[in-house]
Formats: sequence, structure tokens, C-alpha cells
Amino acid sequence: MTATAANTSDAMASAPGVRSATDVDWRRSANIGGILGITAVFIGLVGMAVGLDKRMLIDPVLSLGYLFVLAIPLIGGWIAAREITLEGMTAPIKGARDIVAGAVAGLVGGAVVAMFLVMLNAWDLQELLPNWSDALLDMYTFGQGVGVGIVLVLVVGLVLGAIGGAVHVIPAKPRRLLSIAVQWVISFAVLEAVIDDLLGGFGLQAVADVIYARRGGLLIIPGLIIGAIAAFVAHRFEGKGAELKTQYMELEPERKNQVSKQGLIIMVVLGIVLPIFLGKIVNELLSNVGLFILLALGLNVVIGRAGILDIGYVAFFAVGSYMMAFLTSPLAPWRESDGILSAVFGWLPVLNWFVALPIVVLTAAIVGVLIGTPVIRMRGDYLAIVTLGFGEIIRLLFLSDWLAPTFGGAQGIRSIPGVNLGFAEINGTDPRAVFYLVAIFVAIAIYVSSQLETSRLGRAWMAIREDESVAEAMGINTVTTKLFAFVVGAILASFSGAIFAAKVGSVFPNSFELLVSIIILVVVIVGGMGNIPGVMMGAVVLIGVLGGPSQPGLLQEFSEFKLLIYGALLVFMMLKKPEGLIPNAARNRELHQEEALQDAWLKGDKPGTTKDEVDDAGPAPSAADIDGSLGLGGATS
Amino acid sequence: MTRLLEIENVSITFGGLKAIDDLNFHVDEGEIVSVIGPNGAGKTTFFNTITGLVTPQIGDIKFEGQSLIGLDPNEITARGLARTFQNVRLFPQMTILENVMVAQHCRTNQRVIGPLFRTAAWKKEEAEIRERAEKVLGFFGHRLVGYRLEQPAFVLSYANRRRLEIARAMATQPKLLLLDEPVAGMNPKESEELTHLIGRLRSEWGFSIVMIEHDMGVVRDVSDRVVVLDHGVTIAQGSYEEVSTNPTVIEAYLGKAAAESEGGGSLDSAAHSGEGAH
Repeated sequence: MTATAANTSDAMASAPGVRSATDVDWRRSANIGGILGITAVFIGLVGMAVGLDKRMLIDPVLSLGYLFVLAIPLIGGWIAAREITLEGMTAPIKGARDIVAGAVAGLVGGAVVAMFLVMLNAWDLQELLPNWSDALLDMYTFGQGVGVGIVLVLVVGLVLGAIGGAVHVIPAKPRRLLSIAVQWVISFAVLEAVIDDLLGGFGLQAVADVIYARRGGLLIIPGLIIGAIAAFVAHRFEGKGAELKTQYMELEPERKNQVSKQGLIIMVVLGIVLPIFLGKIVNELLSNVGLFILLALGLNVVIGRAGILDIGYVAFFAVGSYMMAFLTSPLAPWRESDGILSAVFGWLPVLNWFVALPIVVLTAAIVGVLIGTPVIRMRGDYLAIVTLGFGEIIRLLFLSDWLAPTFGGAQGIRSIPGVNLGFAEINGTDPRAVFYLVAIFVAIAIYVSSQLETSRLGRAWMAIREDESVAEAMGINTVTTKLFAFVVGAILASFSGAIFAAKVGSVFPNSFELLVSIIILVVVIVGGMGNIPGVMMGAVVLIGVLGGPSQPGLLQEFSEFKLLIYGALLVFMMLKKPEGLIPNAARNRELHQEEALQDAWLKGDKPGTTKDEVDDAGPAPSAADIDGSLGLGGATS
Repeated sequence: MTRLLEIENVSITFGGLKAIDDLNFHVDEGEIVSVIGPNGAGKTTFFNTITGLVTPQIGDIKFEGQSLIGLDPNEITARGLARTFQNVRLFPQMTILENVMVAQHCRTNQRVIGPLFRTAAWKKEEAEIRERAEKVLGFFGHRLVGYRLEQPAFVLSYANRRRLEIARAMATQPKLLLLDEPVAGMNPKESEELTHLIGRLRSEWGFSIVMIEHDMGVVRDVSDRVVVLDHGVTIAQGSYEEVSTNPTVIEAYLGKAAAESEGGGSLDSAAHSGEGAH
């Protein structure tokens, strides 16, 4: 096997590395070009291009809308010129060929857009497609009219495609620095509101005024300076991160623990201190992220650990919110109605948030058992559909006229007081305090889920996720074990609901739509199912950056297209990184079995261990082990 | 010797097919019983019936004098029966250690409170689970311990998966161990070693064992008693020597003509030809 590998690499090395400019995979480039064109047309027709054109990124040359449109040929050109080099192969030398490949893709894309422009000019389909407008035509022709515009589109496509392809020609290091610089400039431009808020918090409002134009948008010269600084810093500290990592990996286990602990302490201190300097916008954002982290951690127990695909999870969030509102609001409908509730419980005073919390949690647990008991006897798709049903049932109950005297129907429950600490009250007007409250509960949730994961119950959940019938045959009572997961999930969601009610001050049935369940699910999947840091990262990226179902994120401009981006991101993740941003070890292995097998094989093949096995009682294990590891062993059965 | 498992007049029908037909069977404490029979004889259904995966329409199954009918598989495991599967069914993504730890579920009882408040009882139980897991794995020599503990089960070779499955069954602390073709897919040397281990499972761990096996060498070496099934019916029972020369048994394996021509030939050759057929 080694010999063949050597031969192959020899052959590769002797092949001419520099290729002529016409040695292009024309069909592939043209295909990519077609995709580019369609993407550009799609972005135009969903209204993203025109909608985001109002937002200036770099004053006065680049708007967010144009960034989206122009990035398409750039990225397309880059993809068209990309070649996959496998390990052991010599990388082909990049040159004119790659620029041509990119240019072709860009040109074809431009042609598709040009055809679209002709149609856009000739017909009026606005009744069918609301964004079929003159504004779009104006934008895509760069305001030059159709005739000149079409030529411009072709030229821009060609040039940007070529530039995208040319990126491969730049040597690795400058390319990296350039990419970092561009990323930083774009981040500064896109995150203008937040950076403005941050600088204001640290008393540096003057800096913000210098960087940004009055009507929004990064100014050109400060933009260039930011890019230069980013590139310089990247150059100065190149490889330092990897170096630190190896240093850390080489530490003794004890010392490693110590360092991790110190890291944790630093992060906790930062978590406490930083919000003091942050403005309202960022703190509001952080508290929303925290609420979703709570929900995602809860769902992670249910779906990531026990493998119960619950798509009605919002039900428990709703129960938590409503129960808190029910108990703490002086204007709760049931107090004013003359039904049985007010007759029996009329004496019950309006409760303090902390007094109500145990009751809320208990209710959520009971609802968890009630919903869970029928649901968890089902498996797979059936279970998902039934949970979906229950999620909707809970929302509809809160919405119903039947329960309106208790829960207020569509009017919901209003004037929910904040969390009364005695000396102060935490409510939505002070996002910083809400953030601290949320952070405490997130810490509790992290502790609970990590403790349970490694316990007897956590192992049983994992076994059920792997193979339910075998788990049962191995003595695990699958019904109660799964019910535990359901209830733990319900309780964590009710924490989130309880804080949500106090933060917002009023609850309505339409805050608990199916969409919320789906978004929590997407957070868990994108972040990394079954892994606590992953799930938290998912919440930060999706809720923090894009925004929650009704909460704005960092990129407020995108709120209209949030779901589109969610969908695109989910598809992208499923294709490219199905294990999530920060994957769970077991899930990662599951999705990359071949690599895991290779690693295990290499490890098992260490001289020391092989010797152990040979010494042991006879059979020559290494040959059999290797066969088995490569999946050939199964053939003998 | 006391009766451990007693099966009385059990019948199982799948649609029109009688998988098990009026079967009577027993295992005494400390016994190793092998169940053999041609393919499709109902051996695995027999195991599934005992472990509660299939409920018999007629008859009773008693374990230590108490009926198992109507119990869930996990309750049966808790009573002290554990099994392995013909087509090895581990928890492939869990580590080897976890596979064995999770099998002690029905012998332990810490749930939410213990781990959350790190109670002394929980710590003690976790330590015991871990210790017992390592002890069980240690039974198979170096193969499943050391660096292996933290590896996922799917990286194991076929033979090691079979070993791990036995270890997992052992970890449930059973009285009766049901092994479904424990040496299938192993090379002769490995089967010989496992045969030896099966003997030790009784002598050192005190398990009674029922084993389904096609390898007649293994059957001969370890069984106190051999039961032959064909078409869901017991056609012969007794020591290996008695069964292997029984004309009905040879007929079941090789057909009537062969049984007559060989004039009561040996089962060893019969079983081997039977093996060749699938």
C-alpha cells in the first residue's frame, strides 16, 4: 500500500504543475456561473437587494444590498477556481487558468442577470412578484439604464469573477492577511450599531464619530486604517494561537485542569464586569441570547441526549411564562373573573417572582409528565408529529375563549411585575439586570445538564438514543428514563419562560408559535447537538447575530429575511458540517466514522499495545482487529 | 440442583407459522445448556421469548419459580436474565466503558438528586459502577481495557465486539446468561479461547448459561446438556454424545437419506455441512 502511495505522488510530482490558461473545466465554470446568476436574480426578487440597499456600509460607495449582490460573482469566481487537493497529492500551481475559470463563471452569471434585466425591462410582473420593480432594475443596472446596464453587468461579472479566481494566485500569507483585513472592515461596517454602543459605553463616543458617517456607514479612510491594523495584528501574532494551543495540549493533566479553571474564572469575571460597560442594545441582545440558551440547553437534553425529537418544545416555555404571569400579575384575568378559580384561590396574594418560581417549575414538570407519558411510547417520526400537535394544543388552549377567563385569550396577561429583589426590581427596562438574572439561570442549566450527562441517567439516555430495544433488553426502563429527559427539558424551558414573563411584562399566545420551537431546534442543530458549548454557540450566532423569532439581533437590517437566512444556514450546515459548530464528541464520530476508525487503528497499532495483545492468551489480535476496524470483519458473519 | 428456568408448553405463532410448538425446557442452577438446530429452527425466537421481546400465546415461563409472562424486557433483565444478540448489537457510539456502565442501570438507583447535589451515596454508586465495569472488562484480558476504555464501541473488531457484548450482559449481574452464537465469526483460536472463558463464566462468576451455537466443537467442550430444536419442536435432548449420534438429529441436519446411508454418522460432520449451506 505504501509503495502505491509513493508511486502516485511521484506521478503527481512529475506532472506539469503550470497549466495553460485554456486548460479550464469549461462546463464546471459555466455551471457555477449559472448558479451565480440565479442566486443574484433570487436575491433581487425576494427583495433583499433593494431592501438592504438603504443601509450604507461604506459611505458613500457600498451599501449592504450591493455587498450581497457583488459578493456573489466574487465568491463564485473563487469557487470556480478552487481545486480539491487530497493529502499526498502535490497542489497544482495556480495561475492564469484559475483567473480564466473565475472570469468565465462571472461572465455566465452576468449573462443570466442580463437576460433577467431584459425581462425586467420588457414585462411587468409586479402583481406576481412584489419585488419586480423599477427600483430593482435601477439597482442592477447601476442606475445607467438597460442598454449600458447590461454591458456593465457583464463587465462587472467578468471582472469580479476573475478577481475571485485570482485570489487563489496570491500566495498563502498575503491572502490570509487580506482576507482578515476585509473581514474586519466588513464586520466594523455591518456591526455599526453595536460598535457605536460599545464605544459609547467605554466613553469613546468621539472615536465612533470619527469612524462612522453621520447618516450611517463606515468612512473610507477609517475603513482602510481598520483593515491595515487588522492585517498588521494578524501578521504580528501569526501562529501564536496555534502555539498556545500546543503548549496547552502538552501540559500535564493536573496543570491543564488548573489552566482550564483559571480560564473559566476569567470568563465568569468578564461576564460580570463587561455588561457594566455595555450599552442597552448589547445588553438587551445578551439577555435574549441567554433566554434562548436556556431553552436550547433544555431541548438539548431532550433531543441531543435522549434522542426524543420534540418539535413542540415551545409548549413548556409557554407554560413557564403563563404560570408566572398567572401567579404574579395583579391584573391576571382570573382574579377579576367570578369563576371557580377566583372563588377558591381568591385569597392567594399576588406572589413575588421568587415565591412563584417553585410553583412554576412544578407546573412545568407536571405538564411535562402529562404530555410526555403518551408521547414517549412512540418512536421516530410519529413522536415528532405528536409533540408538534401538543405544542400547538398548549398554545391554542391559552388562546381559546374557553380559558379566556383564566388566561386572557388573545389579550394575554398584562402588567406582570419584574423580579422584586427587595431593594430593586428587575424588569425589561433594565436589560443589564435581566442579563445577570438570565446568566445565573444559564449557569444552573449548564450545571444541571453537565451533571446529568455523565450520570447514570445520562448514560441511559445515550443508550436509548443509540438503540432503544437493546437498551430495554439491557435493563433500562425506557419509559421512565425518557420521561425524566422530558421533564428536565420542561423545567429548563420553564425557567426561561418565567424570566421572559418578568422581562417583557406581558404574555400573549402569539409569542409561543411553532416557529419558536423550530428556531430552538435550529439553534441546537447548528450549534452542535448534544454538546453544551456548541448549543450555547448556536444561540449566540443565531439569536445574537440574526435575532430570535421576535427579538432583533445584531444585524437588525436582516430581520425581514431572517427566516430565509435561517433556512439557508440550516441547509448549508447539513451539507458541510452536520455535526454543528462545536460538535459533541460522539456525534462527531458518528458522522465521520471513517476518520475515527483510522485514528483508533493508528492508536491500536502502537507497538506497546500490540505487544500486550500478543502476550494475552494466544490469538493474534492485530490482524483480526485491523480487519474488523476497517469494516471487513462483518463479512465473515 | 434447583430449577432456575422452566418453560412449560410454550407455543409461538407468527401468522400461520409455528415458530415454537409446545416447547418444554428447563435450566438447573449452575448448568450450561446448548441449544442447537438447523437454521430457522426457532432458536433465536426461543431466546426472544425468554427475554420478553416476544410474548408466547400459550404456555408459561418461570424463572426461580415466578412467571415472566407479561413482564417488560427490562423487568426480566432485572430479575436476573441477560442476553447477547446473534447480530452483535452494542451501543456503537458509546465508549466501551460506557457500554458496560450503562448495563448496570437496573442494579443501581441514583437519578436526578444524587448527581445534582453530589451526594455521598451518588459518588459511592458511581465509583462502584466504574469498578464493576472495569472488573467485567478485565475478564477478557487486555483487549477491552486500558486505552480501549475510552474508545467508541464501533472501532472494535468483530471478535472484540462479541466479547464486549458478553461483558455488557455480565454487567447486568444476571443469574442466567443467554448467549446467542457467541463464537460466530471468530477464528478457531479465538473460539477456543472463548470456549474456555464460557467455562470460567460458570466456575468463577457463578452464572448458569444457555447458549445457541453452531460450532459443534464449542458445544461439545462446554455443554452439560444439549437440546436440539427443529421447526420449533425439541427433537432430542441429552449429553453431547447422546445427541450427536441420535438419528433424528442427523436427519434434521442432513436429510433422511444421509442419515440412513451414514448409519448414524457423527453430528460434527453434519453440523459442518449445515454451516456450509448458509
